Amino acid sequence: VKFSRREWALTPSPYPSLSPEQKQELATIAQRIVAPGKGILAADESTGTMAKRLQKINVENTEENRRYFRDLLFSVDPSISQHVGGVIFFHETLYQKSDKGVLFPKVVKDKGIVVGIKVDKGTAGLNGTDGETTTQGLDGLSERCAQYKKDGCDFAKWRCVLKIAHGCPSPLAIAENANVLARYASICQQNGLVPIVEPEILPDGDHDLQRCQYVTEKVLAAVYKALSDHHVYLEGTLLKPNMVTAGHSCPRKYTPQEVAMATVTALRRTVPAAVPGICFLSGGQSEEEASLNLNAMNQTPLHRPWKLTFSYGRALQASALAAWKGQPANKQAAQEAFFTRAKINSLASKGEYKPTGQVDKAASQSLYTASYVY
Amino acid sequence: APLPSSLAKKISFSVTRLNRHLTAAVLFDAATLGGLRAKMPHAYPFLTPEQKKELSDIAQKIVAPGKGILAADESTGSVAKRFQSINTENTEENRRLYRQLLFTADDRINPCVGGVIFFHETLYQKTDDGKLFPQVIKDRGMVVGIKVDKGVVPLAGTNGETTTQGLDGLYERCAQYKKDGADFAKWRCVLKITPTTPSRLAIIENANVLARYASICQMHGIVPIVEPEILPDGDHDLKRCQYVTEKVLAAVYKALSDHHVYLEGTLLKPNMVTAGHSCSHKYTAQEIAMATVTALRRTVPPAVPGITFLSGGQSEEEASVNLNAMNQCPLHRPWALTFSYGRALQASALKTWAGKKENGKACQEEFIKRALANNQASIGKYASKGEGGAAAGESLFVANHAY
Repeated sequence: VKFSRREWALTPSPYPSLSPEQKQELATIAQRIVAPGKGILAADESTGTMAKRLQKINVENTEENRRYFRDLLFSVDPSISQHVGGVIFFHETLYQKSDKGVLFPKVVKDKGIVVGIKVDKGTAGLNGTDGETTTQGLDGLSERCAQYKKDGCDFAKWRCVLKIAHGCPSPLAIAENANVLARYASICQQNGLVPIVEPEILPDGDHDLQRCQYVTEKVLAAVYKALSDHHVYLEGTLLKPNMVTAGHSCPRKYTPQEVAMATVTALRRTVPAAVPGICFLSGGQSEEEASLNLNAMNQTPLHRPWKLTFSYGRALQASALAAWKGQPANKQAAQEAFFTRAKINSLASKGEYKPTGQVDKAASQSLYTASYVY
Repeated sequence: APLPSSLAKKISFSVTRLNRHLTAAVLFDAATLGGLRAKMPHAYPFLTPEQKKELSDIAQKIVAPGKGILAADESTGSVAKRFQSINTENTEENRRLYRQLLFTADDRINPCVGGVIFFHETLYQKTDDGKLFPQVIKDRGMVVGIKVDKGVVPLAGTNGETTTQGLDGLYERCAQYKKDGADFAKWRCVLKITPTTPSRLAIIENANVLARYASICQMHGIVPIVEPEILPDGDHDLKRCQYVTEKVLAAVYKALSDHHVYLEGTLLKPNMVTAGHSCSHKYTAQEIAMATVTALRRTVPPAVPGITFLSGGQSEEEASVNLNAMNQCPLHRPWALTFSYGRALQASALKTWAGKKENGKACQEEFIKRALANNQASIGKYASKGEGGAAAGESLFVANHAY
């Protein structure tokens, strides 16, 4: 008996989801964002998150203050485009205008920088887990993406969160977050948006570097299997992972070289070479830490086929916020602070950052710790 | 893992109560339940740093620049077919004589061959002057490998699909092979492209068995070559093969991750991405290279040191030209791209030998010629002369091939 039941054929002939032109567009956008020396300014803090940031400098969380601060960042000298390839927006900000009345996306685009948009709608609890979450926002996502594309966006961002604890991340959390990231990525690409895939593993906890590396490898393997299953075009995506670090409460401190070695090893074992760039989140690291670690990544003696660069929020803006304090008189100082961090991270993305007051050699201590196995 | 004593106490208490009340109730406290649910423990490292280094060194040695693998692991049954085509009797002595010719070819092959894959029988055969074959290979600075699978078996309920057997006692066999001189192993899984295959079952089952094999090998200091061959039989086009190859390799690497395999101490032996043999459209070497390298870039992590292609029925010249095109492909390749060829290294040699002792030198010359050609191809410097050995241009395709 001859069977020709195509339903058994779970690998039928491909039904191309993207035309060659669509693929070309996505790949080009991705390459532009992570062009040599460039990274991403993550300015997509939600209203709630902005409240926390502004509270720290005793500034009221009004729409105008949020507009003012983003305007401060976006209106720096156009040469910022040598260091910043993309900016991630929050929805509100996409429709705000500069002091001169120009829509922010246009301000950013006119500087030759790609506009991105945060599209997820925050985390939601996974029942039966130890406080683990997935991320929501898939409903109507295709229509929202189409609109965002019209409104000037060329990439998107979606953040999933995992944590390391006893029993976490669980297989469910890993599978569910990988799956929802793949769905989001697939929908974005249909609408001409490059999806930045962000599976953040929180630094909370007292686990050591090795544990974080192990978990990161498992999570990323699941993410890329899900992306394959969902037929996502990898050349038109970016990855925004955590660096591999010990937990915040871990008694042992690791050097940037150890962090870099563990991180690059984990990425080499999981991220296909087709992915054009990996833009690290700063996740609570200080500005300097985030730059030193990124720099060490780009000096690691292991071969790296993707760009390793930054997608920093706090690590690009902390000094600027502190300098601004909500006073217009401080605007220029704040802009300089931001520009300085951008330049430093640009150098770090090429492994060329030489912090002043530190000897070059001291920064590149032995990369092989005897007892530690990567 | 032993039950925490707090849990053990609780269970024994409940069992006593069970006896009295015949109710089934096992009490857990929240912490214990969390512990039992911990399916994501800290890594239980089973390879020491020294073991990892040994594996990674072996792998690097095999795929050192310019080097590839001589696949001389044809089973007795496969050799029967080869010898039949040259009218030679398939005796143990003839098999020994033929492998001896290959293994004793002169020093011109030293920069070309990083490793040799043996069949079990051959591992224990000797040269005319009584030297064990593995020792001959090792003395030449090449790595000895061993085929460890036990052939394909059908998957019930599929359209003629298979998995591969050989896991039983593999742990012990690997320990012995390591003692007997082997530093790498090979295991071949087979998938095929038809309108209904490869099925999801075939993909996950073969990926899983490859990962089990790889895990066991590494425990014994043996580098596993992972071979998920997608047969070239059929009339599908290049795109279809690329799509299937990407899906298969994604599943393979997920399985390797799930089984905690140390990627830096493995090698991959895939098919090149080509159209089916009966496809009416003919593709150039550049198209094949582009499709193949793209598929690999999308699935094979950079940590894998080398990819050693199977020749799968391509002619000797085709296999060299295609490999060369791979290494000239403008896409960035973070792993070595080289050869693990059986027929594509031996076809002319075999034909020239024809089972006759007096043809020994000429036979070796043919083998050396292909070894040098592939050495050049593995660094993208092969200049095809348009004329090959006695069999270089003939298609080596055998329908629905199974070793």
